[in-house]
Amino acid sequence: MADVKEFKVVGTRPIRHDGTDKVTGRALYGGDVRMAGMLYGKVLRSPHAHARIKSINIRKALSLPGVRAVVTGKDLPDAADRIAELGEGAVNLKYLGNNCLADDKVLYKGHAVAAVAAVNAHVAEEALSLINVKYEVLPPVLDVREAMKDDAPLLLPELRTTSLGQKGDKPSNVASHFQFKKGDPEKGFREADLIVEREFFTATVHQGYIETHNATAMWNPDGLLTIWCSTQGAFTVRQQASELLNIPVSKIKVVPMEIGGGFGGKIRVYIEPVAALLSRKTGRPVKIVMTRAEVLEGTGPTPGSYIRVKIGANREGRITAAEAYLAYEAGAYPGSPVGAGAMCIFAPYDLENAQVDGYDVVVNKPQTSAYRAPGATNAALAETLIDEIAERLKMDPIDLRLKNAAKEGVRRVDGPVFPRIGCVEVLEATRNHPHYTAPLGGPNRGRGVALGFWFNVGLKSSASASVNADGTVSLVEGSTDIGGSRTTAAMHVAEELGIAAEDVRPVVGDTDSVGYTDVTGGSRVTFATGWACYEAAQDIKRQLCERAARLWEISSDDVTYENGGCVSRSDPSRRITFKELAGKLGDTGGPVVGRASVDPQGVGGAFAANIVDVEVDPDTGKTQVLRFTVVQDAGKAIHPSYVEGQMQGGSVQGIGWALNEEYFYDSKGVMRNASLLDYRMPTCLDLPMIDTVIVEVPNPGHPYGVRGVGEVPIVPPAAAISNAIYHAVGIRMNCLPMSPGKVLEEILKKG
Amino acid sequence: MPVVYIPALMRDLTGGVERVEVEGATLRQVVNNLDARFPGAKARLCQEDRIRPNVAVAVDGEITRLGMLQTVRPDSEVHFLPAVSGG
Amino acid sequence: MSKKVHVQTRINGEEVEFLCEPRQSLLEVLRDELGLTGSKEGCNNGNCGACNVLLNGRLVNACLVLGVEVQGREVTTIEGIASPEGLHPLQQKFLEHAALQCGVCTPGFIVAARALLDKTPRPTEGQVRHWLAGNLCRCTGYDKIVRAVLDAATVKKGKR
Repeated sequence: MADVKEFKVVGTRPIRHDGTDKVTGRALYGGDVRMAGMLYGKVLRSPHAHARIKSINIRKALSLPGVRAVVTGKDLPDAADRIAELGEGAVNLKYLGNNCLADDKVLYKGHAVAAVAAVNAHVAEEALSLINVKYEVLPPVLDVREAMKDDAPLLLPELRTTSLGQKGDKPSNVASHFQFKKGDPEKGFREADLIVEREFFTATVHQGYIETHNATAMWNPDGLLTIWCSTQGAFTVRQQASELLNIPVSKIKVVPMEIGGGFGGKIRVYIEPVAALLSRKTGRPVKIVMTRAEVLEGTGPTPGSYIRVKIGANREGRITAAEAYLAYEAGAYPGSPVGAGAMCIFAPYDLENAQVDGYDVVVNKPQTSAYRAPGATNAALAETLIDEIAERLKMDPIDLRLKNAAKEGVRRVDGPVFPRIGCVEVLEATRNHPHYTAPLGGPNRGRGVALGFWFNVGLKSSASASVNADGTVSLVEGSTDIGGSRTTAAMHVAEELGIAAEDVRPVVGDTDSVGYTDVTGGSRVTFATGWACYEAAQDIKRQLCERAARLWEISSDDVTYENGGCVSRSDPSRRITFKELAGKLGDTGGPVVGRASVDPQGVGGAFAANIVDVEVDPDTGKTQVLRFTVVQDAGKAIHPSYVEGQMQGGSVQGIGWALNEEYFYDSKGVMRNASLLDYRMPTCLDLPMIDTVIVEVPNPGHPYGVRGVGEVPIVPPAAAISNAIYHAVGIRMNCLPMSPGKVLEEILKKG
Repeated sequence: MPVVYIPALMRDLTGGVERVEVEGATLRQVVNNLDARFPGAKARLCQEDRIRPNVAVAVDGEITRLGMLQTVRPDSEVHFLPAVSGG
Repeated sequence: MSKKVHVQTRINGEEVEFLCEPRQSLLEVLRDELGLTGSKEGCNNGNCGACNVLLNGRLVNACLVLGVEVQGREVTTIEGIASPEGLHPLQQKFLEHAALQCGVCTPGFIVAARALLDKTPRPTEGQVRHWLAGNLCRCTGYDKIVRAVLDAATVKKGKR
């Protein structure tokens, strides 16, 4: 761990290195790829939520002028029913492949069935209408509790409920069940003076990135496949493509283009293998870009859920017991983040007695994918019960939380003990914020608070940094940059070498140019890729000391690196700056390249709290957010502007999730609002400024104390807004979204 | 001796016991010794001598990426959790 | 495929000619025929603003304009916002305020904000939010974007 007393670069706000390209429209995203002879691909998708495919006739489509190839699920090699570790979780390859192109069943409206490559996108789309698919329509199951019933239609005939390694023998839509149990919840509830309990229903929501999915593939005659795409992880795309296409990773190069948002939804492949298959058939590059409707219906939103929470407390305000039941909709194939939800739900609290049961359930909706702190936002609705307890005990809601707050040494419900965390500091900073006590006058106005937790992950990253003769450094790292992270990576190198951030030129490498790097996600880039850059800089410093020693004709033991240059320990008047030494590398042994690959331990979890003021219109049920403050522990904010940006962006996604966003399904399982008009995400007119407070409780496991910041901000807003609505109009909403119609219904019921 | 925290759904194997002291310097040794004491434990946690894909192992609070090769110290705690990924 | 139409227009101050099918949108023409990929496709039905351009000075969604409609008119895209002297104050302020994260909505916002400042040189926060309501951003929560636009409005004309 570095003994850095005062930072020179860390904590400053340099202009991002890729900024000019992005504000002038020159930056190239996946959709901007263009190459000679390129064909355009389009995907045919199932109109039915649940059906067997009886036959697919592509003859007419193939003979449309301008069409060059058609593929179906039969063109994908048979995937073994195997699970592959894809760096960010295990995936069943058969399900992954079937989701890219269906085999004998379609499991959601929008499920890909075939794809066409043609000379332009219009011809490709016309060709889709000429593909004749015969379906045997089956009854769909569209609600998690319906899917769990014994007589529910079954999606996957081979699926059995797994309970920690034990497989049931009955076919089921319940893919897995797990449980955490700590202490004696029954005893804890008996000791409670007050018990509150509620059910919650949350709808499917989408990550909502503005850029749709895209991929261009060129399968060369020499057998090498190159894929250009917007992805959160070039290496995971390479591995998924390798597994699904049954070719070695060495035959695949993935070039990550700039990416227009991911939030977890651009980790799994959808169209990359399809574009590759079309390219192999045509011998030409094939580009596929999803439409917005395809994104909403055919990628990976986050689960709708049914959650039941029960919390007991004594009159002093100590929580004596807590219980939760979480059933998450995995979508067409297993793999919802119910585990994470179950681990986060009571994480902010020091509980002696608790039990959490989680169920992963398949339904006829798109297979869910990660969405920013996956699973945790749904679970954080438990915070509305904390609010209720505070009210009934006439305690300040933050004081109640402080009384039960998790801290270092507290054992979580799922088992492990917390290391140093910032839960208490975040709560105190929230209580001390002027927003908390600011007057809020007026009818139908209310203030709510909530607290959320997210783990963050570490995983693997690589970096290599070359010293240029002019005293700058060219840095290559492997984390696709969705939010300014290449600049943060560069800042690590600059800090360590004692040079300006502007003198480090960061580039995100493709899979041939940089060492293995796991996805940009999991709030890991500043932590792990930053660390790799930090280590690469240490490597440079070591080598530079040897060069200085050579120059000065002394032993390298006598040379150390400090304050931006090398200095002799025995004769401190002997110094040389980084820039000066950089100019002499050619004469002292050649280029200096520092490199590192890391898989660091020491990940620090993060807490975020919200204070939100709302005004509810009693005639329409519309909730206006008047003021919003987010307080979050970042450990150490490397580039505060981008940390603030994560806090603000995550908060606003949480606000959209709370108030308006939902997949509106009809009884046939068709999404009726598959456009950005009716899938209603927040606009700037819906919002006030989002005030941020960065708390820094350094993570002892990291050289600079970094804790991941990207995900936790999306966790508390929905609960905070629900609490605010209660304090505004006296209604405890128990669903997401708390859209105007639903709020109005409750207002009218209340009378 | 390292302490293994038995997941709630496995406590039927241990007669309801939640914490078990198990010898071992690596996770493999700990799991094998656990299985020797409570037959069937390894089959719950592992598939073909690897930790099951949807199971994460935390040693002293840190999720390990080393699987069965993870070193375990005499005062370590071992937890088996659902694997969590980010977004 | 229908017969292509020959279109003559001015884009970012330059005379431009192209061929396009009547069914191709201006967005498609800009990106696929002319290589001006700065305007982005987010939804293709006028709901996100990522394809904002100016058509005879008026802010439009290029996905809702046909390529053939720009015959004899003036188009300004993101590629025409900076000048040979350097970045427009809006672009500079977006960078200083870190008003972009993934950057894909940024071209649309800058063109839209340019249209606002052309019309209302010193807008209030409310006016900025109202004008930019047609531009969706999923990364930033809009806070820094609004601040950047308000700050850019304070930069005197002609000052770079």
